[in-house]
This record gives sequence, structure tokens and C-alpha cells, in this order.
Amino acid sequence: MTEQQIIERINTALAEEFELQPLAMTADATLFDDLGLDSLDIVDLVIVLEGAFGFKIREEEAIRQIRTLGDIHRFVIGKQSTLAKTA
Amino acid sequence: MPLRRVVITGTGSVSPFGRGVDSLLSALLRGESGIRNVPEMAALGTLRTRVAATVPEVDAKEIPRKFRRSMSNMSVFATLACQEALLQAGLGPVECADGLTGVAIGSTVASTRATEDFFVDYLTDRSLERMKSTLFFQIMNHSCAANVAQALGLTGRLLAPAAACATGCQTIGYGYEMIAFGRQERMLCGGADEFHPLTAGTFDIMNAASCRWNEQPRQTPRPFDRGRDGVVCGEGCGILLLESLASAQARKATILGEVAGFATLTDPASIANPNSAAIEQCMRLALADSRMNKEEIDYVNAHATATEQGDIAEGGAIFRLFGGEVPVSSLKGHLGHAMAASGSLELVAAVEMLRRGCLIPTLNLDNPDPACAPLRHIRKVESAAPRAIIKNNFALGGVNSSIVLRSLA
Repeated sequence: MTEQQIIERINTALAEEFELQPLAMTADATLFDDLGLDSLDIVDLVIVLEGAFGFKIREEEAIRQIRTLGDIHRFVIGKQSTLAKTA
Repeated sequence: MPLRRVVITGTGSVSPFGRGVDSLLSALLRGESGIRNVPEMAALGTLRTRVAATVPEVDAKEIPRKFRRSMSNMSVFATLACQEALLQAGLGPVECADGLTGVAIGSTVASTRATEDFFVDYLTDRSLERMKSTLFFQIMNHSCAANVAQALGLTGRLLAPAAACATGCQTIGYGYEMIAFGRQERMLCGGADEFHPLTAGTFDIMNAASCRWNEQPRQTPRPFDRGRDGVVCGEGCGILLLESLASAQARKATILGEVAGFATLTDPASIANPNSAAIEQCMRLALADSRMNKEEIDYVNAHATATEQGDIAEGGAIFRLFGGEVPVSSLKGHLGHAMAASGSLELVAAVEMLRRGCLIPTLNLDNPDPACAPLRHIRKVESAAPRAIIKNNFALGGVNSSIVLRSLA
């Protein structure tokens, strides 16, 4: 899967789950202030990403540092890359 | 301590006839049936009843996602009905947030659909990893009341009575008492429920669900009729916005009617079977609470769900208390049995009967069963000027409740 395909899969899954407008889904959009998510949504965001990519990330320290949609893109791209190397 | 008078300044409805009190009343006055054949019910292999009174699809997306995400259908119904009642009453966010407006909304159980969906997934590997954060808010006992309070910004008291099919009238009775005691100025009260085939199954296994009319859904249920064969389960929400008379008068609100009396009692004779003496006692207590004489009651809105035993027990109680001259009808023929919502949905209709000066008949009552006592059944829409109405609402579990409404016009 290319990085662009990963980004599209993330954006599609999050747009469906959180009813986000595509135009608002820029890489620098902050999850809380710009996209209107809250702490409950972040719990579900992890579940959505785990479902979309088939990995487990709930306990990873790096997801606590995520602030923007771009942070999610980079985190998932990195995770997929790591998984590919260890596969 | 003198008790304060309590009036109704708004009503709201989501019913098998769609959204809004007007659509509910129009359908009732036209003699329409909200009962449908539900093919999904055939998926439960041993379920014999295949009919239900389901709500047509409503657009839940007008409720912002922040609030909607924790709602199952019953909370959506309740929120939309409350919005309608508040709009009619001329109340908005300021009054919702003043601490004097509370909510009393209950359901039979919380969302069976949400519970089923969770366990279907959970039991595949007994993992909680896929459990969404908002699941609990759809299956907690006070789901409807809490979701409505969040969506509307209510800051007063919250109560979530759960007395199965008697919930609707209990919410209104308890809200009435809170205002009468001066604890709140306004209360959004009512029952809400969403249909699930397992609900129908509960009645089916007790041989209390209608099964003979699966291919002619509009012919069932048949309250007080010789051909009745049981309950048709439904869904929806009916809301009454109660307000102290002083508050309503101070802001020159339109008063739709008065909650004049309430009673609820427990009948330990049986957890399942209706008890005619207890039903009669419940109506007597509600009348006493209203300080009205039985001769002042112009109409009885019966619970009458079209079960064999229930209609006989209630009919006998009505006859012993009121005799055979007072008009009686049940709205279950139109609406099915909306479970926790039934009492309050039917009270919304009763309020409109007071306002419009009419009495709505029992649909499908073609051949009154003499075993149900010689009542004065309403067989067609009647022009009348009812001044006072008593409404019954009973439940499995041995719970009875009755409300007395009075016109202030």
C-alpha cells in the first residue's frame, strides 16, 4: 500500500466515523480544535484505525503525542512500514 | 405545605405515524393503523407474531453528532419529541439551563439493539478491543433521560423511571409531583422505546402477542374485541412538558390542560397477571388525588392492550368504578403497544382530545367482548367537550398507574 493509499484509507474511515467534511481534513488540522473531536472520540479513533488496518496500537506511547490529522498519517505510515519490515 | 397546580404547556410525539403531534392526531382521527408486517421478525425462528408498530425512518442527523453518538433510536425519538414540546411551549436554551427544568424519561430497558450488536461481536473472541466508547451510554438504564439532558442543555433534576409498560404515566406522575412540591418549575416527561423482535418474543412466549393477523396487520390489535389475540409491540416517544401553573401564567403560556391527579401502586398478586381490584384501586387513588368525583370524569383512555386477561380485568374495573355510561376507548388499535412510550403517547392524544373537543374510538373494535363488561365503547370519532379524562397505564411486574387530566379552558 502506498503512502497516499494509507492516507486515503485513514481519511475515509475517519470521515465516515466522525462525519468530517473532506475539505476540513487537511494534514495540519488539529483533532480537537479544528475537527471538533473530544476525548471519547479519540478512544473510538484508535478502534477505527485498528479496524481499518488490522493492527493493535492502543498501548503505544506514540499515539498520545498525536495532535493533528497529519500526525495520524505519519504514525500509521510508520507503523505499516515497521510491520512490513518485521513480516 | 400547599401543593402547586401543574399544567401542560407543550407536547411532542414520535409515533408509527411519524414525527409530530399533528401527524399523530391526524392519523388517529382518520382511523389509520400504524401496524405493519415486519419481515425481520421471521428471522427469529420460533417467533409467531410478525407484526409491529414501527416508526418510519426519522432524520436523526439534525441532532449534532456530539450528542447523537451516544443515542440509540429511543433517545433520538425522545430528543425530537422534547424539542417539539419546548418549541410549542415557547421555551428555549435559557429556560433549559436555569436549573428549574428537569427531565423524567424512562424506557422498558435500554437499547436491546445496541446490546445485541455488542454481544454478537464480543462473543466471537471475548475481546473488548472493538467496544466503542459510546456503547455504554446507549445501554445504561437512564440512557434516554441523560441523552435528552445533554442534547438540550438541561440542568435541573433527572429521573429515569423504569416500570416497563407503565413507565409513560409514571414519568408524568413523578414529574407532576416534583413541580407540585416546588422542586422544579418545569419537567419534560414521557416514556420512550425502540422496537426489537425480542420484545415481541417476550410477549409471544407468554402467549400474549397477536399472531392470527400477521397477513392483515391493520386488523390487529383488537382491544376489547372478541377477536383479540394479544399485544402488537411498537415504539416511539410521547412527551408532556409540565409546568407550574404560576410559571405558565406568569409568562402567558398557552395552557393545554392540567395534570390534576396521579396514582401508582404495586400489585403483588402476580408478576404477570393483571388484577382487576388493583386496577380499580389505582383509578380511585388518582381520582382522590385530583379531588374530583367519579361523575366528573368524561372519558376513560384505557390501557387495553388486547390481551385476553388484561382487557377483562381493566374493563371490569372501569365498569365497577364508573358504570356503563362513561365513554371508553383504547388507542392500541392504532398505535400498537409502544411499551414504555405507550402511556405518554396516548396522553399526548388525550390532551388533544381535551383541546379539540373530540373522543377517538378504539380501532378494530368490531364485536365487543361481553366478558370485558358492558362499557360505553367509543366506536367512531365523537364530538364532545370532555372536561376531565382518566388515563390508565399498567405493566408486567405488577405495576399500575393512572393519570387524571383536566381542561382549564
